[in-house]
Amino acid sequence: MLEIKNLHAKVDEKEILKGLNLSAKAGEVHAIMGPNGSGKSTLSKVLAGHPAYEVTEGEVLYEINFQMKNLLELTPDERAKEGVFLAFQYPIEVPGISNISFLQTAFNSILEHQGSEPLTDEEFRSFVEEKLKIVSMKKDFLERPVNVGFSGGEKKRNEILQMAVLAPRLALLDETDSGLDIDALRIVSEGVNKLRREDNAIVLVTHYQRLLQYIKPDFVHVLANGKIIETGDYKLAETLEQRGYDWLVN
Amino acid sequence: MDNPTKAGASLPDTEYKWGFTTDIETDTVGKGLNEEVIRLISKKKNEPEWLLEYRLKAFKYWQSLVEPTWAHVHYPKIDFQDICYYSAPKKNVEGPKSMDDLDPELVKTFEKLGIPLTEQKRISGIAVDVVFDSVSIGTTHNEVLEKAGVIFCSISEAVQKYPELVKKYFGSVVPYTDNFYAALNAAVFTDGSFCYIPKGVRCPMDLSTYFRINAKDTGQFERTLLVADEGSYVNYLEGCTAPQRDENQLHAAVVELVALENAEIKYSTVQNWYTGDKNGLGGIYNFVTKRGKAAGKHAKISWTQVESGSAITWKYPSVILQGDYSEGAFYSVALTHDYMQADTGTKMIHIGKNTKSTIISKGISTGHSSNSYRGLVKIMPQAENARNYSQCDSMLVGDECSAHTYPYIEVKNKSATLEHEATTSRISEDQIFYLQSRGLNMEKSISMLVNGFCKQVFKELPLEFSVEAVKLIEMKLENSVG
Repeated sequence: MLEIKNLHAKVDEKEILKGLNLSAKAGEVHAIMGPNGSGKSTLSKVLAGHPAYEVTEGEVLYEINFQMKNLLELTPDERAKEGVFLAFQYPIEVPGISNISFLQTAFNSILEHQGSEPLTDEEFRSFVEEKLKIVSMKKDFLERPVNVGFSGGEKKRNEILQMAVLAPRLALLDETDSGLDIDALRIVSEGVNKLRREDNAIVLVTHYQRLLQYIKPDFVHVLANGKIIETGDYKLAETLEQRGYDWLVN
Repeated sequence: MDNPTKAGASLPDTEYKWGFTTDIETDTVGKGLNEEVIRLISKKKNEPEWLLEYRLKAFKYWQSLVEPTWAHVHYPKIDFQDICYYSAPKKNVEGPKSMDDLDPELVKTFEKLGIPLTEQKRISGIAVDVVFDSVSIGTTHNEVLEKAGVIFCSISEAVQKYPELVKKYFGSVVPYTDNFYAALNAAVFTDGSFCYIPKGVRCPMDLSTYFRINAKDTGQFERTLLVADEGSYVNYLEGCTAPQRDENQLHAAVVELVALENAEIKYSTVQNWYTGDKNGLGGIYNFVTKRGKAAGKHAKISWTQVESGSAITWKYPSVILQGDYSEGAFYSVALTHDYMQADTGTKMIHIGKNTKSTIISKGISTGHSSNSYRGLVKIMPQAENARNYSQCDSMLVGDECSAHTYPYIEVKNKSATLEHEATTSRISEDQIFYLQSRGLNMEKSISMLVNGFCKQVFKELPLEFSVEAVKLIEMKLENSVG
């Protein structure tokens, strides 16, 4: 589903990714771990198409209609319409727009792209109220302006709610565990687990192993200095937790 | 969050779909302004002597004035002798008017503008007075309004039919001595709407005036007078468009509102005059004086405006809070693009005790435009316990535009409570990226951010108007991003 080959990317003239390789298949969960500044967030932003990041070398292939296509040629909204989703580390506030109208606009623009009829207001409301249960939020959550005045935990839950509504094929979760207390972490992780399917792939970017106690990855990759330097299974995460990154990096 | 969006920096190239002209025979007075022209206008309208004298006094006064230059707008000097002051569709001159006898060309014009006039197609629930160049061509839904005792007609008709009412209130809120354009308007005004809501009547439907400038080199000087008698209520809507022309055209209107004890007037405008092309050629100069007097106790007046058109806007809908416990409000969205210039805001003059005013202003600048908020909150010595809340927010899209805020506050009574908040922000790359990563394209993302920014004002508009305003802003923004 996703194949990243020799990816080089820079931001503000500084090279961050320096030949990264990674491939993921449908049904898999990949965890990308690494020390601060190793390029974890850069990877997820490049995949989602943030305009500040420039790819200088390499390619990213992504499966669209059973064919591997160059993901980097698509604008961020085209990527979203093809099923790529980025859960932000720092979700952005959108004053004056209610959560539900934001979700509905996003959902319908993806439906439109797929050639389907948009849901009516009532249809969408009952659809989204069902999804609220995944992140244990009440209905009034839908009426509040997007992320405005949300606590850190609410913002992260809102990202997972968006993921539940948009049902991406490739979900990138950027430090979704950061800033969460233990209860919020459990709710968010359980939400993600409920969204694991045979036909989607999830890439978790995280600094700490604790998220992986809740979401069991199939693969763990260590990203350091812009490259994947080690790949293993869940046990690698445990080793990292005990020994840190230094033994690998040096 | 501080990255200015690169996307917004490019020039918008907005298509103006109302820019067509109607080919119709007109009765026009030649260019130029002098006493003769004023006498001619007055004669054409068969006006009583007092009104002609009023016009002539205003004209004399106007001649003694110089054009004001304090607004933050720049334009070549206007040659007032190079403008036509009267233009009317010919068929309208003779005979009584019924909307169903209108020139088919006119009917077609307004249908194209989304204002159906013929009986079977009328918008239900809204009565419309239609002003084409210098004259009102008719008013819809007369029967329903008559039953309720509401008078809604053109000001020319009101002068004939209800001279006492007109004489009593005309010029009582905006005297001809008020300013340069108000004096000019008083001298040469040709038509506009008149509305009177009797005591205790809640107007059974929204009232609306639609202004259309069609003729070339013609100025539109309309005059609107709205009186809400004790305990009455009215919701009033105003819309405007003009053809796309390379020459600038002048629109200098005066709107006067009077709300007596316990009366409430809500006045909403969606202003969409032609803005000029993307290089700043042509467009309407919109120099308008709008003022309401909350004359009685507990009277309420609110102005809600969406200013998205005109090459230059110079407009300060204001409220004189004369009655004790009276309230005034000003809700404004001003969007400027390309080379548009807007200098708009309000004046809240607190005279009565326990008076309250609210100002919410949202300015959005894109392209090379300049967008200024200018407002005055004045608390007079006798205005005990006056309160004002002002919020002025500016949003910049791109690097070439500018936003300015000129708040003036004069407090002459120590018991007053005033709050003022102001912000200036830019749409950031990260905000757009967030929305795009959820499947919204660049244009949709920006219009969603702008709509959210304007939310507080849009929710004050009547529902249909609010839908129209959102669409209009979306369309104007559509090409402002590359």
